Amino acid sequence: MREKLIEFRNVSFRYREEHPWVLKNCSFEIYEDESIAIIGHNGSGKSTIAKLINGLLFPQEGEILIAGKPVTEETIWDIRKDVGMVFQNPDNQFVGTTVQDDVAFGMENRGIPREDMISRIEDSLTAVGMQEYHLTEPHRLSGGQKQRVAIAGVLAVSPKVLILDEATAMLDPKGRTEIMKTVTQVQAKNNLSLITITHDLHEVVQSNRVIVMNQGEIWDEATPREIFAKKRALREIGLDVPFVAILADELQEQGLVLSKEPLNHEELLEELWTLHSTT
Amino acid sequence: MNNALIIGQYVPGNSLVHKLDPRTKITLIFFFVFIVFLANNVLSYSILTLFALVSMVISRVPIRFIMKGLTPIWFLIVFTFILHIIVTKEGSVWLEIYSFQIYSGGVFQGIAISLRFFLLILVTSLLTLTTTPIEITDAIEDMLHPLKKVKFPVHELALMMSISLRFIPTLMQETDKISKAQASRGVDFRTGSIKDRAKAVVPLLIPLFVSAFKRAEELAMAMEARGYNGGEGRTKLRELKINARDIAVYLLFIAVIAGLLLTRGY
Repeated sequence: MREKLIEFRNVSFRYREEHPWVLKNCSFEIYEDESIAIIGHNGSGKSTIAKLINGLLFPQEGEILIAGKPVTEETIWDIRKDVGMVFQNPDNQFVGTTVQDDVAFGMENRGIPREDMISRIEDSLTAVGMQEYHLTEPHRLSGGQKQRVAIAGVLAVSPKVLILDEATAMLDPKGRTEIMKTVTQVQAKNNLSLITITHDLHEVVQSNRVIVMNQGEIWDEATPREIFAKKRALREIGLDVPFVAILADELQEQGLVLSKEPLNHEELLEELWTLHSTT
Repeated sequence: MNNALIIGQYVPGNSLVHKLDPRTKITLIFFFVFIVFLANNVLSYSILTLFALVSMVISRVPIRFIMKGLTPIWFLIVFTFILHIIVTKEGSVWLEIYSFQIYSGGVFQGIAISLRFFLLILVTSLLTLTTTPIEITDAIEDMLHPLKKVKFPVHELALMMSISLRFIPTLMQETDKISKAQASRGVDFRTGSIKDRAKAVVPLLIPLFVSAFKRAEELAMAMEARGYNGGEGRTKLRELKINARDIAVYLLFIAVIAGLLLTRGY
């Protein structure tokens, strides 16, 4: 049995007393080494979940357990050692004046000895493919490179779970693929759980499980393939459905029988050219 | 991307002056500022000038950068010189133009004071030319460390300085972007009276401030998420080290002070 890493028990949250609930009675579990995507439109409460996990916010009702410990004022500093976060804006999370200073920031906060830091900076920058940029200043890096440095900074403190809170939302397509590739590699190498928070259905493909949020409630929880099959309903709650999924839908309406819901272009292509073969 | 953008005046290099510990440099300059006022004859001034010029030469900073640092005070140097010539009435009369006399004391005094100015600016700009702002910040944090005992927020101050240094280029890029965006909406930054131009800055500053505050909020959240909890129990990646060369430079400087005290007239 895999260890439970994160557990939400009937969590409700609102920013102020008189404001509407941002999260309503949410319960879910995330296990070790799992890759989870949380998807939802703007204001569906998905980013609030990330902030609740590492104690940047506290719920009004319900309980959150990280590796068995409840999130409270006393435990947040321990919990933040286990939970690494990468935010949306590449510029506004870059603290150091150079790449290596920024990677070191998290380690400095934890009081890690200097010799240790130097080797860990080397390792984590290599893991994200930024080893040649040690002394580069942030304004000379692209958005994608800054986000990779942010990921390196999180890896350097070896957390149990990495949360990407819309980490690719402000990047161009090139930067986006860069980050997705880096994350997949990093997750394969370190035993790390991954939570991807996004409004883009393209990014859920590689995860084991998808949690769909709508109006502060969990709308569905299933595998990416099962989610893709519900594209009409997804569109109704304001999510962009990828072109492949729409195309597959249209083809099925025209009477083509697809054996499974395609997740990307390759899978659809595979389906189509083997359509009439008889093996 | 603006690749030529360098914060401060730092000129990258690998000279002895560049490699010195920033604390050594700051300490030496601090004392240099005092001993400049001890010099009072040709020989003692020569020693100080020699020291300053030798440091300048080994720093291998191109002359034009040093000259650039001196530009704003050329006027002051020349002005004090002329003032001394006119006002000081000591020594013998050298030149007489109508009823106006120039005394030898005035000329000497003028040269001495101008030289003092020149040396002070030369040496201090050598600090900023050979030391990165972040090194200076680290040195200040370290040198102010004793003030922690009286609850002075040394670490916070240093962090504030380093974050400002980090965000200067970011905010400059943003200013550029906003000014282009506003210009495209018809704001005129270049023509009109000073009053009009000052008014045109408002639509530039307000978005810049709003965004800076938003950045600050997000940065604070990111710092907290990465476990920032004040200066307590923090280790540092950037390390300052006093090496043999620092000690050698200290000894040399003490020799300069000794030489100065021996040669100055009482």
